[in-house]
Amino acid sequence: MSEDTKEKNNSLITRRKLLAGLAAGAAALALPVKNADAYVVEEYLRQHFKRLTPEELKGILKKTEEELSFKYGKQINVKATPPMDNVLYGYALDLSRCVGCRRCVYGCVNENNLSRNPQIQWIKVLEFEKENPKWQILEESNRYYEPEQVPEKGKFYVPVQCQQCKNPPCVKVCPVQATWQEPDGIVVVDYNWCIGCRFCMAACPYGARNFNWGKPYVPNEEINPNMHYLGNRPQYKGVVGKCTFCIQRSREGRYTACVEACPVGARKFGNLLDPKSEIRYILENLKVFRLKEELDTNPKFFYFFSMGMPVKS
Amino acid sequence: MPVDTINGIARTIFKGSKAYKTWVGVLSLFAALGIGLYYIQATQGLIATNMRDQVSWGWYIANFTFLVGVAAAAVVLVIPYYIYKYKPIGDIVLIGECMAVAAVSMCLMFILLDMGSPERFWHLIPGLGIFNFPQSILTWDVVVLNGYLALNLFLVVYALSKIYQGQEYKTKFIWPFIVLSIPAAISIHTVTAFLYLGLPARPFWNAAVLAPRFIASAFCSGPAFMLLIFQIVRKNTKLNIKDEALFKVGELITWAMAFNLFFLIAEIFKERYSATAHLAPMNYLFYGLHGHDHLVPWIWTAVIFNSIAFLILLMPSLRKNFTTLNIACVLIFIGVYIEKGIGLVFPGFAPDTLGEIYDYMPNSLELVISLAVWAIGLLIFTVFAKVTIAIKTGEIGHAGAASHEH
Repeated sequence: MSEDTKEKNNSLITRRKLLAGLAAGAAALALPVKNADAYVVEEYLRQHFKRLTPEELKGILKKTEEELSFKYGKQINVKATPPMDNVLYGYALDLSRCVGCRRCVYGCVNENNLSRNPQIQWIKVLEFEKENPKWQILEESNRYYEPEQVPEKGKFYVPVQCQQCKNPPCVKVCPVQATWQEPDGIVVVDYNWCIGCRFCMAACPYGARNFNWGKPYVPNEEINPNMHYLGNRPQYKGVVGKCTFCIQRSREGRYTACVEACPVGARKFGNLLDPKSEIRYILENLKVFRLKEELDTNPKFFYFFSMGMPVKS
Repeated sequence: MPVDTINGIARTIFKGSKAYKTWVGVLSLFAALGIGLYYIQATQGLIATNMRDQVSWGWYIANFTFLVGVAAAAVVLVIPYYIYKYKPIGDIVLIGECMAVAAVSMCLMFILLDMGSPERFWHLIPGLGIFNFPQSILTWDVVVLNGYLALNLFLVVYALSKIYQGQEYKTKFIWPFIVLSIPAAISIHTVTAFLYLGLPARPFWNAAVLAPRFIASAFCSGPAFMLLIFQIVRKNTKLNIKDEALFKVGELITWAMAFNLFFLIAEIFKERYSATAHLAPMNYLFYGLHGHDHLVPWIWTAVIFNSIAFLILLMPSLRKNFTTLNIACVLIFIGVYIEKGIGLVFPGFAPDTLGEIYDYMPNSLELVISLAVWAIGLLIFTVFAKVTIAIKTGEIGHAGAASHEH
């Protein structure tokens, strides 16, 4: 395998034609191993991310970059930045500020190269009616609200994404350990290892895992070229993807795309282990709650109300 | 294997009455059709089905769940025959094991169908890939299903080879394997139930009673199917199956159905009387929720079918009359099929974890592909059973006096 990774992959077009003709990848094994096909075979036989030696990983990253650069017609960088020491990411969302504009949703889609067709979104924003006596029942909420303007009077909004649980049910159930929790608390998926059984989707209490039911599509001009192997690189058909707290950004000390996209400052993000961080200030000084606490998933995603009065619409 | 043995088996498989050939032909046609459609699914992805993120398992997993129950039901024959020495069942126990083999094969096919990236199955193989055992219940399922398949294959093949040679097959050597097949049968359905009930995210499944209910319903549906098959076998072959054996199975179904209905009532009571937010999926199933009521006629059909069948079986006079017994069997088979599929898998996802209701029903692609799996399963069963009967009746081989004692 490491010989394959060193090999210059110079005729990707052939490979593409070849792949297009494959109904199921199992046939890839029967192919003759020339330099173009070597990639197909390597990809098919690629080991779990955690089992790759540093050299293997380097070769894979380089090859992934080449392949994606060719595909999208621009220079693409794929990193595998490791977690920082003494960092545990936490998130807080201010429900009294959120106006339900969904800029976070699309900021996330653009940043993380999520498929535009079929459309995949990692953040779901639920709209609730304040007047509804059963407002706390989830099925009374609406994900598909389309008013002229937000926020609407008498409505409030609850965005939900991966809660990066300390006790993640999805990790527990995966039969091949294709999803796991990194030391900085981020739950990631190895898109090359997932077998697409969707057990994790049945196990997740927050609807935070999305399956690539079809072949993901991102237009060339919309591709975000700064990628992380475990995060926002384009996914494959038949695998599960999820929010990674923008691992490609957060591991470089930057805010996630949804934090930056939020026009009202409802989203807070930081290091739970840093006593001077904003997230710690919120946890220590404001009343916070978490979704479905009775399940003891122990999310690192907190909700809070910074103000008694809602933002004026 | 000597040449004449192979010839004998081949002759048994490829030669038969007109009805047999038509049956095999029709099944092969469905199988081919399904394989063609699977090509579409494999190239487009599972988007070709009606499953979506809100309902991420559907018709395939529903069929899988039902068939695990059918496979487990072989034990209904094994226990009375081997453990309680109830002789009349001896004529049919091997056919029950053939059915288990076919049903588990179908289960494995449905799992493979449902995988998003089936070509990566090697990731599951211990040593090559990563087998997340004992953490993931799915890995337990892989172990027990394959183990049960191997065990039943072994039991059938061993017994047949002995009978073929005209020898006694209930030897000391085979006894531990027979005993092992009993907990193995219970385990495949228990583990399958644990897959569902171990998910606190899905309150509809997150109930301890799910496991016993699975077992109870399995001991209705599988044997009901077997009863119908045995009558067909009896009519068309030289195999002698006694009425009392069939009635005994009918009696066992009665008790299994009693438990099944009792567990259902317990479950409904718990949810309805508590009336928490967790009642939503059950309401969705039985009464409809916010106008989403497309499962309602199905589940009531299942409940009514199961209840009528139970009442029929409860009366010995009707249970021992083949017309009414068969009606009960058909009702049970359909009732449990609906209950395990439409009544278990779909409402588990509706409303989904964020309260959205997506009304899932399989599309024609899923239905035809599933039908093809059934066809392949029935082919496996037909071939296996035909060879078994041929050997047992002495058409091929040397089934002497020894086999007539069973």
